Amino acid sequence: MDQVFHSVLLIEEKCRGCTRCIKNCPTEAIRVRAGKARINAERCTDCGECIRICDNHAKTAITDSLSRLNEFDCAIALPAPALYSQFGREVNRGKVLGALIAMGFDDVFEVAYGADIATFLTLEYLKKTSGTRPMISAACPAVVRLIQVRFPALIDLLIPVDSPMACAGKLAKEIKSKELKIPKERIGAFFITPCPAKVTWVREANKHGILSVDGAISISEVYGEIVKRLPEVSPPYPEPKASPMGMGWGRSGGERAAAKIAKSLVVDGIHNVIEVLEQLEMGKLEDIEFVEAQACIGGCVGGALSVLNPFIARMNLEALVEKSKMRPGMHEELAKSLNLKERLGEFTIKPDIAAVPAFRLDQDVSRAITKAEMIEKVVSELPGLDCGSCGSPHCRALAEDIVQGLAVDTDCVFKLREEIEILAEQLLEMAKKSPPALKEDSAF
Amino acid sequence: MRLEYHVTGRDFQAAGEAAAKIKRTLRQIGIDAETARRVGIVAYEAEMNIVIHAYCGIVGIDILPQRVNIYADDEGPGISDIALAMQVGYSTAPEDIREMGFGAGLGLPNMKRYSDELEVTSQVGSGTSIRAVINLPAKEEG
Repeated sequence: MDQVFHSVLLIEEKCRGCTRCIKNCPTEAIRVRAGKARINAERCTDCGECIRICDNHAKTAITDSLSRLNEFDCAIALPAPALYSQFGREVNRGKVLGALIAMGFDDVFEVAYGADIATFLTLEYLKKTSGTRPMISAACPAVVRLIQVRFPALIDLLIPVDSPMACAGKLAKEIKSKELKIPKERIGAFFITPCPAKVTWVREANKHGILSVDGAISISEVYGEIVKRLPEVSPPYPEPKASPMGMGWGRSGGERAAAKIAKSLVVDGIHNVIEVLEQLEMGKLEDIEFVEAQACIGGCVGGALSVLNPFIARMNLEALVEKSKMRPGMHEELAKSLNLKERLGEFTIKPDIAAVPAFRLDQDVSRAITKAEMIEKVVSELPGLDCGSCGSPHCRALAEDIVQGLAVDTDCVFKLREEIEILAEQLLEMAKKSPPALKEDSAF
Repeated sequence: MRLEYHVTGRDFQAAGEAAAKIKRTLRQIGIDAETARRVGIVAYEAEMNIVIHAYCGIVGIDILPQRVNIYADDEGPGISDIALAMQVGYSTAPEDIREMGFGAGLGLPNMKRYSDELEVTSQVGSGTSIRAVINLPAKEEG
């Protein structure tokens, strides 16, 4: 398997080799080795938990820079709904879009509008598949990756419709290419992202030839530029087209509110999401229709690449949603004008969502069983304090690392102390032995 | 290989840990996702039965080339009418446990639903034993 690109990465100089990130990683993807954190690419979901928890700011996310706009004849900004929430409760959406153009984009297309489309597609998909329940939204890329890595049995429950970002990118390019009469390849669509996992998604999709979005630029990168330009932007502003419901996708509960699915469960924060997925894997909650799960607390407004505190951002977004109006029948009109009903297949997530067996001990099942047995033995000999001093998140993870040849038992400070004690006793024992020439009771 | 865990009655804090450990190991071994899920469900329900109804017990699995055997033995009140207990919605769980969201009368029916073979034996006043079998898919798969 080729190496997975990850947005989340470590700044070596800043890492002090503490154990905060390893203990907080939901997929146990991090180890401290030689005083530095190391991220396992297969297991990482780009959820951003390590970025948030690191006191030394040693974790960061690679995103695209604004210079990439020059690669295209026409560059379109795709602002996440969460972007608006960064500028207070009263901000004029049109002005924010205007500021993006002032920064160098040729046009804008709201991802919130893509969310309106995704809402329609989700409802259509649920209508078509009435059997298995509940179905899980695939809008959060970190949750999707988490399911691929840790809950492969739930892959079939994911609703495989394109995310608002992908919908927006696809349509923006389609419309612009007709308008300018240039091929889609010469139009670049850039997501303005609160989320490192979205950056990864875009890069991985591009690798597979899926070019609905060409790059992702973090909110924190454009934040200063927008704040600087907001007072200067003058009308006419680009007209915001998204409904308040589409805007609402930027915070947790927004998908449910937009789709108005009665029996639905909303969960945010990756550790909470894991608990709910555990329940789903146990066959619970089958009477629920729809699960909206987001890795970040508060939803996308809480993304690791946004600037504001998630709760303040959420309040701002809710005020903006409140302020804008929803025309009745808007979703239906939208679906009709874009001919969405006939194009459902076009808006299906590609490439297919497949299991990532990142926890497998061995390709060969019988060898894997042998290793699993060894792990049980090793773990029973470890202290069970889960202190993390060895650089693995807990004793069981160390046992796994030992069996996989990635660590040794004396990496455990308690095991090391035990061995030193034995050695010290042996030394003392030897030290007490005097040579025969000095021994009083030597027999000769 | 065999995995075996002790379960303590009424310990809702630790409830589900045995099943979680079992699932973790199955995932590491590379047992297919759906089979692992079924084993997890049966083990979880067996574990919860002990937590809800019994004083203490063990839950374990044996991983064999063609199947996974799940077993649970407890010291507890036992089940007087097993056929009745197998019915969906029948439960003898006390009110306080139902208020916690458990004891919906789905434990044994779920075990039956997700296993290929299930045998429940019980002695009133002494305890209950559960033996379940889940066959592995004929062809080893990714």
